[in-house]
Amino acid sequence: MTKIIDRNNIDFLVFDVFKLRELLGRGRYADHDTESITSVLDLAEQIATNDLWPHLSKSDREEPVLKNGTVRIIDQAISALGVLRDAGFFSARFDTKLGGMQLPVVINNACNGMFKGANIGTMSYMGLTQAAAGLLNTYGTTDLKVRFMMPLLQGKFFGTMCLSEPNVGSSLGDIITKATPQSDGSYFVTGSKMWISGGDHNAAENIIHLVLARTPGSVNGVKGLSLFAVPKIKVNNDGSLGDNNGVSVAGLNHKMGYRGTSNCLLNFGEITDCQGHLVGELGKGLLAMFHMMNESRISVGIGGAMLANVAYRVALNYAKERKQGRKLDDKNSSNKPVAIIEHGDVRRMLMRQKALSEGAVALCLYSGMLVDLEILSADKIERQRYTDMLEVFTPIVKAWSTEFGVQANKLAIQVMGGYGYTRDFPVEQLYRDNRLNMIHEGTNGIQALDLLGRKLVMDEGRALKTFAAEIRADLASLNETTNLRPFIDKLTNILTNVEEWLTQVRSMLQSGEKSGVLTNAMPFLHAFGHLAVGWLWIKQSSIASNLLDKSSPRQSDSFLQGKITTCQYFFEYEIPEAEAWLKVVKTNPGAVLGMAEDSF
Amino acid sequence: MKILVPVKRVIDANVKVRVKSDQSGVELANIKMAMNPFCEIAVEAALRMREAGQADEVIVVSAGVSQCHETLRTGLAMGADRAILIEDDQDLEPLVVAKLLKAVCEREEPGLVLLGKQAIDGDNNQTGQMLSALLGWSNATFASSIEVNDDHFKVTRELDSGLESVTANRPSVITVDLRLNEPRYASLPNIMKAKKKPMDKLTAADLGVDSSPRLQVVKVEEPPARQAGIKVSSAEELVDKLRNEAKVI
Repeated sequence: MTKIIDRNNIDFLVFDVFKLRELLGRGRYADHDTESITSVLDLAEQIATNDLWPHLSKSDREEPVLKNGTVRIIDQAISALGVLRDAGFFSARFDTKLGGMQLPVVINNACNGMFKGANIGTMSYMGLTQAAAGLLNTYGTTDLKVRFMMPLLQGKFFGTMCLSEPNVGSSLGDIITKATPQSDGSYFVTGSKMWISGGDHNAAENIIHLVLARTPGSVNGVKGLSLFAVPKIKVNNDGSLGDNNGVSVAGLNHKMGYRGTSNCLLNFGEITDCQGHLVGELGKGLLAMFHMMNESRISVGIGGAMLANVAYRVALNYAKERKQGRKLDDKNSSNKPVAIIEHGDVRRMLMRQKALSEGAVALCLYSGMLVDLEILSADKIERQRYTDMLEVFTPIVKAWSTEFGVQANKLAIQVMGGYGYTRDFPVEQLYRDNRLNMIHEGTNGIQALDLLGRKLVMDEGRALKTFAAEIRADLASLNETTNLRPFIDKLTNILTNVEEWLTQVRSMLQSGEKSGVLTNAMPFLHAFGHLAVGWLWIKQSSIASNLLDKSSPRQSDSFLQGKITTCQYFFEYEIPEAEAWLKVVKTNPGAVLGMAEDSF
Repeated sequence: MKILVPVKRVIDANVKVRVKSDQSGVELANIKMAMNPFCEIAVEAALRMREAGQADEVIVVSAGVSQCHETLRTGLAMGADRAILIEDDQDLEPLVVAKLLKAVCEREEPGLVLLGKQAIDGDNNQTGQMLSALLGWSNATFASSIEVNDDHFKVTRELDSGLESVTANRPSVITVDLRLNEPRYASLPNIMKAKKKPMDKLTAADLGVDSSPRLQVVKVEEPPARQAGIKVSSAEELVDKLRNEAKVI
């Protein structure tokens, strides 16, 4: 069987490129060492391969069903979630005192990435639960922590995030779900929430919904929103389950992919009273949500990267085995057909998948490292530096990894031709599953607005300055044993160019000229993402060269050589696209904004 | 009762094994290593006995290069109580391993030694049998079920001809087969706990055993590639080929 998870790549990035070892044994991670981290990654790889991957197709073919008001998912998904729970992955990154193991974020992300790559539809129940627990850990009262968070961490209860409504998606300020205060300090929640992943299922004994709602008399817009913890079944003071809490499933959404994850329209307080508990302060609901949102966005990015990477490995394996046609230079039709990996166009498609998917994995794991570095920083200025970096990287991780992850998924199907388009192979499902990652947790368009309209221009461009300085310093520190100089020069050039243009953007935005420049936010994010990923490819190439020179590296020579050549590909084929887009984004989007609606 | 579980570090079952270019052995550089799958089954069986109150302590022991401590940690993370590493850089033969284990048994006095029936690298299927002979203890091999009693074990053995039930008096050496159980995963908390569990380090000299090889490897090569089949025109030709070419009838 093909190994679907590229552990070599994960180990190379985590240990060799990002030097995780320097973080282990320090502060929060005092109890960890390379050996325990390797065991954790081994365990995650085993569960991904043995428990999640085998029911990938089944969970797609047998969608969740709504029967007598409750949603049922397939048994294999329930038992795989049980394996994840028993292994302790629900609480892995949380404090030891909460039963967690204070796993470094980068490793937690790498593990979750393997689970997602193997079966994102099943994994997402755990991802949502981890996010809900994280939010309660930061903003919940002691009572909410005991009542709801601990069972979430133990994997007994699962969690959801309820933001969107039937008529409110990206524009959360228009939310109308109500929360009315009761004499006991709790609230009655009434309203409908749409697109609720994991909104109902039979995989856990209870579900804790985190619901954004509006209290009476609150101001319009996002500042009037508060956050409430709403259990599916009430939890008694002794932790036992009480009555149903008036959350009903009005219907299931039937999606293109991610079909293993139930997706519901939920009604709160429609039939019976629905009790909610305030999380954090009144009017600060969205703020609390966003605290968790950055983490969730990185997590979506990892999904984008890993689904692309797994599809690449399936396509690669196929291309090595499938014999079809002869080399273009071979005119003798009686010669045996060659494996399709020998054809130039197939090689180009495989190369692009490798460059994009491994580039995205690097981007995502690097962001995880930034979170760890931020956590470990004792020094305020140092911590601010990592916070700035994360501000810039988060929208890129989310949008670039998913945008280009899906591009890679498209090519995995193309490499396999008609077979790739059938349900006999997993690549068509991986494509459909990954397509959601461009949409949820803030659409890619929202990410682009966040990057160009906010992150890169705020505080006189402070985060941008940090980003640029970090990249320049790192490039200067790299060992230039290979032919990296032209790539480094090219990248530095683009960086300078972008910095200059962003100074102009800043003054345009300050003078209120927003819509023109922000119309091109998405192509800008593409180009800026290429810049960041180009840097990470140079880094990977340089480190691969260093390891090639050593006598006994962890990785094989062919693996390391692959990194060096793919960096070359990235600068020859991908970076020119970024340069082209940067030219476009500087122009006035006259055609796009100028055409009359009737002419579309 | 104390249970001793010897575990072997072998090439991971998912890795394609390659012969070294000088034919002196198989390629081990940059190769992922893991606990022999049959040994995992033995560890699982021991842990289940402890969980059922039939044993008080499970000790994992491994002999070989210093990296064997990783294999022992895996056993500890699954739930074993402590570990013994017998460090030795030589290529250890089954008889040497059996002698080393005998010395450990004399120190630890376990009521049961549980081993995998064989390791997936050498496929020798010898160590358990040799150990029981050296100790003079009872021996049951290829166990697909083990019942623990006060002074004996009832073991079901898997043979080509079917199942055989035997009784083995305590102390005993039992080797386990594939269908005995499905080994558990180590959990994350147990991976962390494993780091703090004791691991004794010994050498062959500490145990008074000469670990030098007694066998000589002449060369290691890939099995011959399978030849393409041919069509025969008659039953007579088939019989003739089976008799005179293949020499199987």
